[in-house]
Amino acid sequence: MTHSAPPPGPDSASTSQADVDAEMAAITAAYDASATVASDPETQPRLNYPPYRSSLLRHPTKDLHHADPEGIELRAPVFGHRDVGRLESDLTIQDGGEPIGERMVVTGRVLDGDGRPVRHQLVEVWQANSAGRYIHKRDQHPAPIDPHFTGVGRTLTDDEGRYTFTTIKPGPYPWKNHLNAWRPAHIHFSLFGTDFTQRLVTQMYFPGDPLFALDPIYQSIVDPAARARLVATYDHSVTQHEWATGYSWDIVLTGSHRTPFEDVEEEIA
Amino acid sequence: MSDLAPTPGQTVGPFFGYALPFTGGEDLVPISHPRAIRLHGTVYDGAGEPVPDAIIELWQADEDGRVPQVEGSRARDGWTFTGFGRTPVDDTGHYSFTTLVPGAGSVGAAPFFAVTVFARGLLHRLLTRAYLPLDDEAAAADALLGSLPEERRDTLVVRPDEHGFVFDIRLQGEGETVFLEHGTS
Ligand SMILES: [Fe+2]
Repeated sequence: MTHSAPPPGPDSASTSQADVDAEMAAITAAYDASATVASDPETQPRLNYPPYRSSLLRHPTKDLHHADPEGIELRAPVFGHRDVGRLESDLTIQDGGEPIGERMVVTGRVLDGDGRPVRHQLVEVWQANSAGRYIHKRDQHPAPIDPHFTGVGRTLTDDEGRYTFTTIKPGPYPWKNHLNAWRPAHIHFSLFGTDFTQRLVTQMYFPGDPLFALDPIYQSIVDPAARARLVATYDHSVTQHEWATGYSWDIVLTGSHRTPFEDVEEEIA
Repeated sequence: MSDLAPTPGQTVGPFFGYALPFTGGEDLVPISHPRAIRLHGTVYDGAGEPVPDAIIELWQADEDGRVPQVEGSRARDGWTFTGFGRTPVDDTGHYSFTTLVPGAGSVGAAPFFAVTVFARGLLHRLLTRAYLPLDDEAAAADALLGSLPEERRDTLVVRPDEHGFVFDIRLQGEGETVFLEHGTS
């Protein structure tokens, strides 16, 4: 029996990669020519990024409105070992057998904008398996499901704000943004800070991925230095002898509005 | 002010359904709680169509206006109010939390629920507030509501219904919800 690529389905978009590339290049050129590119570079993705088709009807058209954080917004939910099992940070031991793929360790620190560690806070991850397939009913990619890999992990940061996961390197996968669209391999991360306003969901990528230039989700962060912050570093000091490769990736949340005084107060209390 | 550049956000994508939701995420209190209320609504896109692949988080004070700082949101014991909830919308874009009415606390500020929206197609999470119903005078006195024209202000105020409150979220277009930034990029 031979396998071949399925013909494009009715919901496959028909725009070519070249057309999407041209759209992305035009946005990049406009950004590079803008007056603020050097003095005030963008740090977040554009909410309105037409090359990512699903953003068209789902981005606010009005500017975000400034609000000084108040009350509840100055604190974050608290999680502990009641909420997160100690083994949930190892995605390779969850389902009664060993998953297929490149075993890897990913570790880093969660910091606030002032460089203070975010301690004892929840970090959640989810990812495709080594073949690029998620265990999700909506994932129709005809790549094999790995019965020993759910692709879901959780942990709490330690006293230094450090998280560590053991997992399998995810594969790239196709999606329906345009014809022959592929996502670079990535791990989804969900993070909390000390303030609810620091809430972050993002994606970690791998160095040197040839799909970066082609991916509208990655390119929606139009500033090259900003999007490079999503790329982990291969780190041989994290690699484990005859066991797993290692990657390092630190995460910086936006600034906390809590003053050092408030933190001291809390530690005394 | 911040020294380090922040790590950018990215969309939650379509495949969070087996990772982020957790059992009881939508029930900050059991439905049998004597003062349980419902906070619910629908997420709409710019065409007025419901968004079926969003996930909503709720973070709020307790009835006395105190900010909960206790663990147990992911493993609720049924007795402890942790103040945090998370629920995906259903196929009709609808979400529903069972919770308590947040109190004003000693400061007397207008109480609100802090709400975060994630969705496929939404490249960075959106933060907003769902205020309890309040009169014009109180709204004008609130730092945020007072800074908004009346028609936009209304997008941040819940509407009472039979069991609690309705808070619809419009990502784009007519009646677009006011989304917030807090000055730290
Ligand atoms: Fe993904």
